[in-house]
Amino acid sequence: MSESTIVKLPDQSTARIPKMNYLSKENGILSWLLTGDHKRIAILYLISLSFFFFIGGALAGLIRLELLTPQADLMATDTYNKVFTMHGLIMVFFFLVPSVPATLGNFLIPMMIGAKDLALPKINLLSWYLYIAGGSLMLYTMATGGVDTGWTFTTPLSTHYVNTNVLTTGLAAFIAGFSSIFTGLNFIVTIHKMRAPGMTWFKLPLFVWAHYAASILMVLATPVVAIAIVLVALERTIGIGVFDPTKGGDPILFQHLFWFYSHPAVYIMILPGMGVISEVISTFSRKRVFGYTAVAFSSVAIAVFGFFVWAHHMFIMGISNYSVLVFSLLTMLVAVPSAIKVFNWTFTMYKGSITFETPMIYAFGFLGLFTIGGMTGVFLGTSGTDIHLTETYFIVAHFHFVMVGGMLMAFLSGIHFWWPKMTGRMYPEKISQLAAVVTFIGFNFTFFPQFILGTLGMPRRYASYPPEFQILNVFSTAGATILGVGYLLPVLYLVWSLKYGKIAGNNPWQATGLEWQTQSPPLTENFVKMPIMDHDVYDYEWLEAQQEKEKEVASAR
Amino acid sequence: MSHISPTIWQFLVKWMTNFALFPPEASKIAPQMDALYFFMVLVSLIGLTIVVLLIVAFSILYSKERHPVAEQIEGSTLLEATWTIIPLGLFLMMFVWGALIYFRVFTPPANAMNIYVVGKQWMWKVEHPGGQHEINALHVPTGRAVQLTIISQDVFHSFSIPAFRVKREAIPGRYTTVWFEATTPGTYHLFCTQYCGTEHSHMIGDVVVLSPEDYRKWLASSTSGASIAQNGERLFASLSCAACHNARPDARGPSLANVYGAKLPLASGGTVTADDAYLREAILNPSQHVTQGYAPIMPTYQGQVSEEGIISLVEYIKNLNSDYRIQQTLNTTDLLPESEQTAAPGAKVPATKGLVKP
Repeated sequence: MSESTIVKLPDQSTARIPKMNYLSKENGILSWLLTGDHKRIAILYLISLSFFFFIGGALAGLIRLELLTPQADLMATDTYNKVFTMHGLIMVFFFLVPSVPATLGNFLIPMMIGAKDLALPKINLLSWYLYIAGGSLMLYTMATGGVDTGWTFTTPLSTHYVNTNVLTTGLAAFIAGFSSIFTGLNFIVTIHKMRAPGMTWFKLPLFVWAHYAASILMVLATPVVAIAIVLVALERTIGIGVFDPTKGGDPILFQHLFWFYSHPAVYIMILPGMGVISEVISTFSRKRVFGYTAVAFSSVAIAVFGFFVWAHHMFIMGISNYSVLVFSLLTMLVAVPSAIKVFNWTFTMYKGSITFETPMIYAFGFLGLFTIGGMTGVFLGTSGTDIHLTETYFIVAHFHFVMVGGMLMAFLSGIHFWWPKMTGRMYPEKISQLAAVVTFIGFNFTFFPQFILGTLGMPRRYASYPPEFQILNVFSTAGATILGVGYLLPVLYLVWSLKYGKIAGNNPWQATGLEWQTQSPPLTENFVKMPIMDHDVYDYEWLEAQQEKEKEVASAR
Repeated sequence: MSHISPTIWQFLVKWMTNFALFPPEASKIAPQMDALYFFMVLVSLIGLTIVVLLIVAFSILYSKERHPVAEQIEGSTLLEATWTIIPLGLFLMMFVWGALIYFRVFTPPANAMNIYVVGKQWMWKVEHPGGQHEINALHVPTGRAVQLTIISQDVFHSFSIPAFRVKREAIPGRYTTVWFEATTPGTYHLFCTQYCGTEHSHMIGDVVVLSPEDYRKWLASSTSGASIAQNGERLFASLSCAACHNARPDARGPSLANVYGAKLPLASGGTVTADDAYLREAILNPSQHVTQGYAPIMPTYQGQVSEEGIISLVEYIKNLNSDYRIQQTLNTTDLLPESEQTAAPGAKVPATKGLVKP
């Protein structure tokens, strides 16, 4: 296992888990529940996120089982509607939106910029409690009958026609929204105010840039969905009529408000994942990221353009042909920065010195799947083809390629990459490489057939479907089974590694980020003394020189 | 193949004979849309191939074994420009091509035959101009432009015909339109693609494309005896619309003859074109749409007329060229409040206005 890590550090053979670290500093459940330490909060998030991912994943399994046959035979259509609604709500609001920012972002941003903690540690803890409150409410909703509006809460279905727990679900998403706003706010303040001496904006790791862009989206877009949810609640309870055409309201207005958040939300989900990929590819190519400024600014460009494309969800909804023209054009523009990123990541490998550890394999998976996901997004942003492809399985496949193929791959890549930093121990390399490959294969089996299904016209959210679509659905369900195994493996071996994993040492990957220049697991204060950024970002030559110096010091002793 | 169990074998045979990979092209727009679709597939494949080839090539050429020391490279403005401009150019090309198709799908030709579609939980109700009704089915002829005017009675639905490559949202309180020209006779899927509640996946049906001759036969055999406009006339009478809209000198409402498509001056200032949407609104929310010279005295018909009823009324008004028949009915009717009072006070109870179902 250790052969496949980049270099054997002089200290790695003799490395011990340091006695003083953020995990050992205090004990007892209260020391966790009342902690202000960004690293402990990240761990709290990681555990709770995994729990919600497990629930969302189980619901996905139920969906795929139901779709094994053309008839709605496993469950009643009502139950199926609830299952896919809960799957969407849990995965979007309780897994994808907080996934990378709340775990890796929380853990790493202060360390990467050389700070002791986030700017507002108590707000950080509050955002976890809000997440838990929203999540518990969501589980309560599910236990007391669920909700069947679809995660999109479409009015007037959600306001006048369904008799399920719309209000509690709305409240759960509302609360989770504040958790997201607080996290974003905290990151923005921290990145502006807490950078170590010498850490200028263009020395920030791209992970931080990506989170900065995502945070802006969180802070500016999330309130809009909160407003939309409040209006739905008021409409449902006292019938204010904003969205009700019989009272002079407009149901299209809801679509505008909802997608004004929910489109930027997909960038909230994917941008932090892009940040992970930048770090991983650079580290395992031993090379600075190709076109650092282009990648940094493309994150910002995605965040800015991301605000002006929401109506591409409504091309067939009776908005005027001319606004379709504008939004289709803007959608094409937002696709460009993603293409720029993909090529820059690829060229980072050019003349590098590449090794193929698990995080890198996940990153390769990300590149391939994200390219497909991004290109199929262009199919949908093109107004002419959108007419045929929207509201079908094509769109389901598209966003699962971006969200699961892209984001989840990036999440797993990041978790493996920083696992030694978080726990002080290595994960087992061979089996995790296998898990990455299994995930990749399972993913393609699950979601690629759905592109064909969508092209054939199979509508999304159908519990039953015409029999000629069955064979592709069987493929998809079979793939989901493989995918399930791919996700279960990391849970098992990562837990195993907590006790039996090899001790990692400070910098097992020979990475240049400040987070690697301190002990693993880190001290509660992160650094013994405040680091000074006297070198460039991704400066592998500096790192080498640094190690030479350390060796000299060690031999002089 | 003897070792395969017969049940599995049966399944395999069924799947293989009943297996689709690409939807049939049965409308004029379908091949045009597919051309763009395959162009985009091609571009995606080329893009994906480039990315994958580069990753594989770099992984082999610059693996640690072959290339132990990395060369630090800042980046390259030329390359950045290349992979900004080429994708942008391709995307813009797709944008223009797609927009052309989009405008074609949503701009009906003037001579299109209009068929009304009302979506409700969980069925599609289709009305042909000749009064033929269908539920979860749509019969159309080949070689003729057909425009669908779609509205929803409750929640969002979406009317999708994959074989025609067209789809349009059915929105509560708003007419939307889409048009197509079918080319190949056959039976195709009709789906509701916007999630609309419990039975969403059962809101499906068949689109039957017939040759013009078969279509004529079908029309003749399915007639209900009255066209939409005739239904509208009946409804017009039973709702006593003629009490005011009768073109008499002392009429309290404007004459409706030839009003469709005309520019009307509004009491609130400005003008409005009297189209389907305006007429629908003027029936449901009259006080918001009073034309110049008339008092806002018309009651709302919200909840009294179904969407099909409104369609009938609008179709009637569309075809109304003179007020002659309206005035004829007035002479023989006692629907006017005045005539009631003068004829026999209290003797007659006015007909209750329940929900009128045409």
